Amino acid sequence: MNSASLLANEIRYDQKLYWRNPQAAIFTFAFPVVLLVVFASINSGQSSSTLNGVQFNQYFIPAILSFGVISACYSSLAIGLVFRRDAGILKRFRGTPLPPWAFMGGVIANAAIVAIIQTVLTIGIGVAAYDLSAPRHWGPFVLALAVGIATFSAIGIAATVWVPNADAAAAVVTFPYLVVAFISGTFFPLSSSSFLTEIGRLFPVYHFIQALFAPFDPRRGGSGIAANDLAIMGIWGVAAMVFALRRFRWEPRRS
Amino acid sequence: MAGNADTGHGGQRVRQPAVTVSGLRKSYGPLEAVRGIDFAVEPGEVFALLGPNGAGKTTTVEILEGYRKRSAGDVSVLGMDPEHGGVRLRSRIGIVLQECGIDPFLNVTEAVRRQAGYYHSPRPISEVVSLVGLGTKANDRVKTLSGGQQRRLDLALALVGDPDLIFLDEPTTGFDPSARREAWGLVRGLSDLGKTILLTTHYMEEAQALADRVAVIAAGHIVAGGTPDSLGGRDTADAVVRFHLPDATVPTDIPVPGLADVETGHEGEVTFSTSDPIKTLHELTGWALDRGVHLAGLTVTRPSLEDVYLQITGSDEAKQ
Repeated sequence: MNSASLLANEIRYDQKLYWRNPQAAIFTFAFPVVLLVVFASINSGQSSSTLNGVQFNQYFIPAILSFGVISACYSSLAIGLVFRRDAGILKRFRGTPLPPWAFMGGVIANAAIVAIIQTVLTIGIGVAAYDLSAPRHWGPFVLALAVGIATFSAIGIAATVWVPNADAAAAVVTFPYLVVAFISGTFFPLSSSSFLTEIGRLFPVYHFIQALFAPFDPRRGGSGIAANDLAIMGIWGVAAMVFALRRFRWEPRRS
Repeated sequence: MAGNADTGHGGQRVRQPAVTVSGLRKSYGPLEAVRGIDFAVEPGEVFALLGPNGAGKTTTVEILEGYRKRSAGDVSVLGMDPEHGGVRLRSRIGIVLQECGIDPFLNVTEAVRRQAGYYHSPRPISEVVSLVGLGTKANDRVKTLSGGQQRRLDLALALVGDPDLIFLDEPTTGFDPSARREAWGLVRGLSDLGKTILLTTHYMEEAQALADRVAVIAAGHIVAGGTPDSLGGRDTADAVVRFHLPDATVPTDIPVPGLADVETGHEGEVTFSTSDPIKTLHELTGWALDRGVHLAGLTVTRPSLEDVYLQITGSDEAKQ
């Protein structure tokens, strides 16, 4: 069995499982799109004083895209892994010749595919319906997206370590993210001098939004690569990966 | 010697055992779950680890499957150390765990096909699905299957890689009697395919029905071993004779040695044991025929596997 076909096989089945699970499809896929349409419609045509007159939606659409990507790569990935760990599904995989990297590679690639579909949908709706101006170069945007997918997948896998069981998964995984999402400017731009923004800057969500927004920011010259933001995300991602490699569990916690 | 379950297969070629375990120990913190056990499973054999819950059966099997590290001792599974066997070992074993889910949104055929993709030469998918009796459910989602049907699918997943050795950890726990009998038929079918099977169970009848050899494990020790028929010496143990005394008779009326000093129980029931049941019965029934009386409820029994098991595991728990 060669590695590429093993991985392709895993991705194929994980995709089937994702789209057949109504909970995953609705909460992690449809919900971010609904948020986009509701907020963008309310604020259509308004400019943001916080951003010195930049159109609200020029900021909001890249920002809400972070919500879709993080839903797929962090929330949905982590909750899905905990559910499968609790049900003994991960333990079963460990008893087969499937190498752990191939299993995990399938899970991450599956989340990445969902995130990319989200991205195409979000940016497409933004350009078509909400006057989003496309960036001059797509490279920096694609780079930010790739770093985000990798970082939040790593954090999602690491987060499963703290979740005791499937019942607790939604709360332990989603609640801290929602709090961080608010103070990171996911739903509206934050004044850069506020205390909460300072706290938000400790977390990778803020930096992901900055990196996604940079190529769309009309005030900004240069390449549109937010190098500092990407570097901070990278540190989070590597730390999460190291932690996950040491502490990830394949078996349910015994009572 | 109870721990050494080696009965030998006379006349067979000398082959390497499928599984050998010697001096195996496993501690979880201060708790020692397995306290030095030895056994070997020969190729093609059905071997049962029989014991009460918490005896160390699952710990032992999970060490052999490569899920846990042992604290001490030597184990070999198909000539490999399961701690380091990796993909090579896992491609030759099939595992049915005690509680082990299957992705609920796949259908039966997809679940088996996905698993088949992990092995070099899997068995044909539809053959495996019908072998476990799920032919009519082949296109049904896993989440719609009953508990018993999911257990069959478990077996199909363990089987599809065409393994040499299959571990079945309490495969019929929670089954009703008819489902259990069907499952036994499946396991016998696997054995007929030439698979080596290591089974754990706390059901005596299951060990009796399936196993070529049994090791009884209690509180982390193997306390008895042998074939189900000879376990604990039940093949040579005294037979127990039981009947109701005819009206107006006392035990001393009956000229059978050993009967004179037995107590009479409820409604004149007499119970006594004899090392020579043929002679004893001949004397007893001869007397009844001569006198023209009836021996109501006459039975002769050997200790059942259950009697032996309760005696062995009970005495071991008493030592704690």
